[in-house]
Amino acid sequence: MIPLNFYLILAAALFCIGLFGALARRNAIGILIGIELMLNAVNINLVAFWRYIKPAGATMDLAGQIFALFVITLAAAEAAIGLALVIAIYRSRDTVNVEDVNLMKW
Amino acid sequence: MDLIVFYLFATLAVIAALGVVALRNPVHAALCLAVVFISLAALYVLLSAPFVAAAQVMIYAGAILILFVFVIMLLSPGVDQGAGALKWQRPLAAVFGLALAVELILVLASAVLPAARGQYTPERLAQIGDVQAIGALLFTDFLLPFEITSLLLLVAMVGVIVLAKKRVRS
Repeated sequence: MIPLNFYLILAAALFCIGLFGALARRNAIGILIGIELMLNAVNINLVAFWRYIKPAGATMDLAGQIFALFVITLAAAEAAIGLALVIAIYRSRDTVNVEDVNLMKW
Repeated sequence: MDLIVFYLFATLAVIAALGVVALRNPVHAALCLAVVFISLAALYVLLSAPFVAAAQVMIYAGAILILFVFVIMLLSPGVDQGAGALKWQRPLAAVFGLALAVELILVLASAVLPAARGQYTPERLAQIGDVQAIGALLFTDFLLPFEITSLLLLVAMVGVIVLAKKRVRS
């Protein structure tokens, strides 16, 4: 059987790549894609922990998988809202570059 | 055998994820993202969580990715040109990403994690059915989060319609 640490290291690698993507991009869509990568990395952790480790309460046994499903749902809502915001910004300012959207910047 | 499948899909996922952040053309990045999603679905099957794998393919690769591709095609944001006003943004992002990666890998490589198992082992799930067990838990122990999620999806739907619809100028 594959050690749990392998999954955790894979998830850590994906999370860091996603973090880099979210920080390095200036395109709002690219930032959202980086966030999706980070959410996916968290999901691997949740499912891997369910598979390998006993949780505290007996009824919470399947919690890893169910939390992963909740995260997928939230990611869908987040992507929809984020992309709608990008479209709204593009309509009013003709750009998706986050540097040009600095009206609320101090 | 398991290990070969794991290495195959893990390297595929990491290479595709690097493609997602490195490729300057947003369409190429989105296509790399599809590869990441599908190799992660394969890893969920390897972790004996077939329902999560199916949800991953349907919702991530099916719905979310299509949404991204749609918006990219609609707005055609163009190719990301090098450094902008913040010259140090990319190097600094790389430093932060690498620092977190080193930190996490150091911790995880030395961590000893217990291996006790709960009552829903893969063998038992195969007996009672993966989807049945998840469904039963969603409507009993996780009923409140489930209902809140439905409310959240409703709010997101209304919000998206309000944000993305064309304003009628009066």
